[in-house]
Amino acid sequence: MEAVGSSARARSRRGISGGRIGAWIVFIAGVLYFFLPLVATLLFSLRLQPTGQAYVNVLVDDDRFTSTLIYSGLVGIATIVLSVLLIVPTAYWVRLRLPRARPYVEFITLLPFVIPPIILVFALLRGFSGPPFHLTGSHDGLNVLVTAAYVVLSFPYMYRAVDSGLRAIDVRTMTEAAQSMGAGWGRILWSVILPNLRVALISGAFLTLAIVIGEYTIASLLGRPAFGPYLGQLGRDKAYEPAAVTIVSFGVTWLAMGMIAFLGRGSRQSVQVAGAR
Amino acid sequence: MAPDADIVPGAPARPGRRFGAAWLGLVPFFVFSLAFLLIPVGLLLAGSFADAKTGAPTLDNYAQLFQPQVVQAYLTSIEISLVTAVVGGIFGFLLAYAVILGGLPRFLRTLVMTFSGVASNFAGVPLALAFVFTMGFQGMVTKFLLNFGIDLYAKSTGFSLYTKLGIEMVYLYFQFPLMVLIMAPALDGLKREWREAAENMGATPREYWQRVALPILTPTLLGTIILLFGNAFGAQATAYNLAPLVPLVTTVITAQISGDVFHNPGLGYALAMGMVVIMAIAILVYYRLQKISERWLRA
Amino acid sequence: MSYLVLENIRKEFGDAVAVESFNLAAEQGEFVSFLGPSGCGKTTTLRMIAGFEKPTAGVITINGQDVTYVPPNRRNVGMVFQSYALFPNMTVADNIGFGLRVRKRSKDQIRKRVGELLEIVNLPDKGSRYPYQLSGGQQQRVALARALAFEPQVLLLDEPLSALDAKIRVALRHEIRAIQRQLGITTVYVTHDQEEALSLSDRVVVMSEGRMEQVGTPFEIYNFPSTAFVASFVGTLNLLPGVVSDVTTGGLTISGQQVRVARGFEGRAGGNVSVALRPEMVSLGAGPEGSNRLSGKVSDVSFLGSIVRIRVTLGESGPTVVLDEFNEPTLTLPQLGETVTVNFPQDGPLVLDAKAPVESVEALIAEA
Repeated sequence: MEAVGSSARARSRRGISGGRIGAWIVFIAGVLYFFLPLVATLLFSLRLQPTGQAYVNVLVDDDRFTSTLIYSGLVGIATIVLSVLLIVPTAYWVRLRLPRARPYVEFITLLPFVIPPIILVFALLRGFSGPPFHLTGSHDGLNVLVTAAYVVLSFPYMYRAVDSGLRAIDVRTMTEAAQSMGAGWGRILWSVILPNLRVALISGAFLTLAIVIGEYTIASLLGRPAFGPYLGQLGRDKAYEPAAVTIVSFGVTWLAMGMIAFLGRGSRQSVQVAGAR
Repeated sequence: MAPDADIVPGAPARPGRRFGAAWLGLVPFFVFSLAFLLIPVGLLLAGSFADAKTGAPTLDNYAQLFQPQVVQAYLTSIEISLVTAVVGGIFGFLLAYAVILGGLPRFLRTLVMTFSGVASNFAGVPLALAFVFTMGFQGMVTKFLLNFGIDLYAKSTGFSLYTKLGIEMVYLYFQFPLMVLIMAPALDGLKREWREAAENMGATPREYWQRVALPILTPTLLGTIILLFGNAFGAQATAYNLAPLVPLVTTVITAQISGDVFHNPGLGYALAMGMVVIMAIAILVYYRLQKISERWLRA
Repeated sequence: MSYLVLENIRKEFGDAVAVESFNLAAEQGEFVSFLGPSGCGKTTTLRMIAGFEKPTAGVITINGQDVTYVPPNRRNVGMVFQSYALFPNMTVADNIGFGLRVRKRSKDQIRKRVGELLEIVNLPDKGSRYPYQLSGGQQQRVALARALAFEPQVLLLDEPLSALDAKIRVALRHEIRAIQRQLGITTVYVTHDQEEALSLSDRVVVMSEGRMEQVGTPFEIYNFPSTAFVASFVGTLNLLPGVVSDVTTGGLTISGQQVRVARGFEGRAGGNVSVALRPEMVSLGAGPEGSNRLSGKVSDVSFLGSIVRIRVTLGESGPTVVLDEFNEPTLTLPQLGETVTVNFPQDGPLVLDAKAPVESVEALIAEA
């Protein structure tokens, strides 16, 4: 523990301490753990000759790659839109008019931490496999279910992001200012509140996209032609192609997280936790 | 989407009425949550207490949880979650410490935080596959080590990625970055004045850490480790695509849903509820601990 | 030999000089304040006494012992921080006992000493509370008790009251002084509040831009500021531009009007000087025989409670003189724009030359 707690000043007093060396070792171990699987996967994907063929095989020649990616992308967008439409007015309303409802709303938005995707999809299958709402029998019904499930999964981080965004802008004053100039509710939400939540919402949107595109549990158990189950199947069927798709999928995650980091720079952000997968 | 067009903006909510007009603004959210979360989960809960064929109330489903395979699944799930939470928690803490207070160049901190954001969200199928390509039977590291005469999969090592140990290694990939994400701000929150006050009163750096810094961090540390436990406990896609034969609660439930030979809906509901209870306990403890540390730091 | 001595202390951060040629010799039991605006080097100097910063040059001794490079945890100096810095995970009693626990005192000893200190800071029944359950003022008392518990040789306070409400600030200020007197502990108090420094201290060090501007008793600092900076930073002050007409008789002109200054000053006829004049030295009317008189127009009257502050612009658009009149029911306030005469005694003003500050206060006092 000698190293721990030594300030920069204390260190300069003691010369080079074991502390900094320890810090470097931990850092390097972390970087190795992070990069080794990625580098290995990349190398693996390049082993199919000619180099890059694995990427051609999936990106160009495999229709399922494109179709599942588009499907997941569309579901992702639907999820984002629905989630924003549900969460923003609710968070706004709770903050402005119904602070009493806060515990109930917060409880519901945190439930997805307690109910992991596997249980959620189980519950949905049981709830909608017969009358009065038989949704598991048709593609449209299943598409509704998969989107609804993703919206539920997005509740925790969406609500937190929007709520802290609202806290930061002093909703009440803004609303009263807009009202005094004659704006109605629709206009207040659309032209006053939403623009001020832009960073929170775009971050939430990217996180949702990153999660939905690779999601496996719910999509596969609902039998959806989504990207996650496709990749799972590809992993069982092929050798090099799944490595190529893994790299692409990692790139998507990296892009989404990079956008969030870029948008949130300079502001103190709460940690975005998406829950178990 | 205006919550309620009939309400005059700015009109005061009428007090005294239990279901005042203001509640109408929350109808869409509550209806959606009831339809796609609360009622379905409620049906699972009800189903867990009912006989699958007759619908009569019973505790049989829960009694069945005590059959050896199920107990084994719970134990394995708990073990994996515990191991990855503790190991990931400790390593994540050390990494957060290294970049925040360890005297490393400042840009490494941004780097590690960004990595952690990516890695903590890089789970599921692609993660399982990435490890297969790394340390699986045909993996690059496995092959690389063969060049030096080291055979990971030799009988003597007993190693395999497709086992409990393998799942643990893979889970760590998203566990420790999550720890970093939560611990880094907490370490940043240690006030310089606390260290100076401790030193001023005669404490060595070590005493400062033992008596002040670590105790202040303890609720966050413990809470986050518990959060990591829940994170691993509820995970399905990663393990299912890496090692479907390792009996975890999530894989057993998956088998129940997919209608395996052992199909027994009542047991499935009870399994699910058992999982929810464990998750609920974990999350509750996490929030309790978080409240303590928030209260401390507010002062 | 003085108890706490700072000799030729200098501190640089990179290229920036934070403190230079700082010299101070405090006697045992003395209460010294460092007063100055933010960034003047007062806190840096305090932190060097505590050991949190190492001087670039110079020596610090406590009770004859060189502590310049002794690490903070072996100095035996108690410090109270602006932000209280109480350990949030410990009760009040544990916070106060921390220094004793680190020193491996017995449980009984610690309990006894903690009890004493809770009495001293007047929180006898708060020992089992946590910091977040206390008000700001109470937290700062605990911080004071904590800094005193291990019987330090020197007590350091870094703007201890600036985070508190005005009323509590005044009350706690008197308590701190009373406790300090009771324990007879050598104390250094850093503040940017001149009222605090003047009311508390045996001596005040006024600092600006890393330099000591003046060291002296509150009386000296207030009445005989040695530089224009001290004069303007401490208290409210009229700094009127004057032209020397005759050094030997103390004759000056301010805005074309003749005045005489009893306290000697340097300069030659025709030279520019600043005439420093406290508002309370000036009053309305012609005043007694021999007073200096200036006439001007009332430009503002503001009611400050116990006093009324009046601004008078000299001549057509000359300098403004601020003067204070005690508030009493019989007072007739002048009207805005009214032409009035103001007066001040010949020994009231102090003539300063901003370029060459008067070297020694003692010399000034002797002359006065």
